[in-house]
Amino acid sequence: MRDVAIIGVGETRLGELWDKSLRELGIEAGLKALKDAGLKGDEVEKLYVGNMSAGKLIDQEHIAPLIADYAGISEVPSTRVESGSASGGIALAEGFKAVASGMEDIVVVGGAEKMTDVGEQEAKDILSSTADQEWETVFGATFVSLYAMMARYHMEKYGTTKDQLAQVAVKNHSNAAKNPNAQFPREIKKEFVKNAPMVADPLGMFDCAPISDGAASVVLCPAERAESFHGKPVKIAGIGQGGDYMSVHERKHICTMKATERAAKKAYSRAGIGPRDIDFAEVHDNYTITEIMSIEDLGFFKKGEGGKATEEGKTDINSHIPINTSGGLKAKGRPVGAVGLNQAVEAVLQLREDAGERQVNEPRYGLIHNIGGTGASSIVHILKRWS
Amino acid sequence: MKPKEEVGIKGYAGYVPKYRIKPKDIGEVWGEDGEVMGRGLKIESKSVPAPDEDVVTISTQAAKWAMQRADIDSDEIDAIYVGSESHPYAVKPTATIVAASLAATPHLTAADYEFACKAGTAAFQTCMGLVSSGMITNGIAIGADTSQGAPGDALEYSTAAGGAAYIIGAGDLLAKLKHTCSYTTDTPDFWRREGKKYPEHGGRFTGKPAYFKHVTNCTNKLFEETGKGPEDFDYAVFHQPNGKFPRKAAKKIGFSQEQIEPGLLVTRIGNTYSGAVPLGLAATLDQADPGDNILVTGYGSGAGSDSFDIEVTKNIKKIKDHKVPTIKEIISEEEFISYSIYAKFREKISAGGE
Repeated sequence: MRDVAIIGVGETRLGELWDKSLRELGIEAGLKALKDAGLKGDEVEKLYVGNMSAGKLIDQEHIAPLIADYAGISEVPSTRVESGSASGGIALAEGFKAVASGMEDIVVVGGAEKMTDVGEQEAKDILSSTADQEWETVFGATFVSLYAMMARYHMEKYGTTKDQLAQVAVKNHSNAAKNPNAQFPREIKKEFVKNAPMVADPLGMFDCAPISDGAASVVLCPAERAESFHGKPVKIAGIGQGGDYMSVHERKHICTMKATERAAKKAYSRAGIGPRDIDFAEVHDNYTITEIMSIEDLGFFKKGEGGKATEEGKTDINSHIPINTSGGLKAKGRPVGAVGLNQAVEAVLQLREDAGERQVNEPRYGLIHNIGGTGASSIVHILKRWS
Repeated sequence: MKPKEEVGIKGYAGYVPKYRIKPKDIGEVWGEDGEVMGRGLKIESKSVPAPDEDVVTISTQAAKWAMQRADIDSDEIDAIYVGSESHPYAVKPTATIVAASLAATPHLTAADYEFACKAGTAAFQTCMGLVSSGMITNGIAIGADTSQGAPGDALEYSTAAGGAAYIIGAGDLLAKLKHTCSYTTDTPDFWRREGKKYPEHGGRFTGKPAYFKHVTNCTNKLFEETGKGPEDFDYAVFHQPNGKFPRKAAKKIGFSQEQIEPGLLVTRIGNTYSGAVPLGLAATLDQADPGDNILVTGYGSGAGSDSFDIEVTKNIKKIKDHKVPTIKEIISEEEFISYSIYAKFREKISAGGE
């Protein structure tokens, strides 16, 4: 297997982008990434597109060749990758495999989602369709209510508090305030989060990531060629993907995501490092409880201590392990099938020390973590500074 | 659009049904925290029409009072335009029923207008054109609605009933309509298809790319055409689908809370759609002094805005002689009802189930 580098990144602003279509978003992010790498469209050998639900959200399937066509590279083979909200992260892994195996040299991996063309209720129903339709949603469970059960159990078992959940949102908004592409680039107060209208007890409106439009893209090539391009390269040091039961009720411990534990274990092993070597992480925070559970499942904190650690500032941007420096799904935004690529863009910017006001101090390793559905799939990438 | 000859308001009046329902009582039925919804929308209560009230009755009452203030007779009315999105008939004009009720038939022109919430201001512009061109002497422009919100929809917290009528003419004016302009695009933020009982809307799409874009651009266009700015107006009235939007738009354009406060009725009566801006302007005129300048910008989904530059004359002091109730007096008469009575009044339930 060959080593693989990321040689260019690009992303759109995230938010309610009323005047932009899915294809426009995908093209914008892709062109930015190619420009960053100093490449032209005709040098691309393969395109992967992470997308969760264009069929339901914009009534359009077969979107990878659509984006390739409108980007002016219709002859390039293209494939859409779907794994719920982990579509973006898993598309990146597929791109990695294509380069690592020697099949392709220059691969573009994009993620794009257009969520605001449907009403808010419909968007929520579509998100819920990544849970088990026959065993969960048919009985009335919504996506957020399944996460609310995890939150309730975490509170019961480990004493996690509403304050600690709220602190995740406060921290991520504070980071997003330094990110020009964020949907909500502004700070919020803890009381505001705690007093927001209830969505599914104990998760209020500000415990939930928004519905967003947006796209992100990276360009991959064999590490041995990485220095011959325009952009500053970053190495993909390790990847791990994990799986778990589709339905939450099948799992032994509902506030441990085995898929994440399994993914992390493989990624650390392949990178030859452990959680203590990670300098920052972009963690899947579709709900505040998910960040707390995930920083435990990824090994940064012991099970049950994620809430306390967050409250104590141990995941702040200037801490030992800054979590979601971009603002995360919570405040940067959640174009659901693109999330994994948005995370990759942030990690590359940090490792290249191009993250501006939110730059962490000389990071060597960054981790990105992307969950599908309520945790039936999970993918972890460890990225490494080039030199 | 500047009128060729001087034109303005000779009389005006509004009408709002006395029944009210609180957001809390709506939320209780749908398992929502209605108080939080109400706070978010800045709506404390909304008006509800009685079973025997509709756009015809609201328009007729308002027009009668407006004629009283203008001191004109039925045979002096040359035109009636009723703007609404809740005309009682899909095919058959509201304007003819209103005209007949006012004894103004048959020698007049009459028509119904529909442009979501700005049909009333569109009627203003038509009358302005007909009067300033010399084609008619007096026209009545009405904006009135008994707006519809589907049970359980977010709209149900705001959709209300009310309207106002304006006698547009020349000569002895209460206020001059000095300038108007419009901003119109094809923007599908809110609609009701033929045969459907309730409208649908684009959720958050109704905000930035719809209401705010049109209200802001239209008002700024009026500033550009008249050379005026927010500081040149004593008052401003914006369309008020909820309490949040007009406050935010006013702030963005440069108006203070004090300038918009007199015309901001939505907090107490909800969104009266085509009636909202005409009622807001009526409430502002009720307390205006001679020489005051008023900026008005309406908004209708679909979408468009109409802006007006209005100057109050010394005649405004005479309106007290006509014993027509002010908007403040009308809306202070309140009777709160439960959701079940509201559901009956709005024909969400009916005796015999028909």
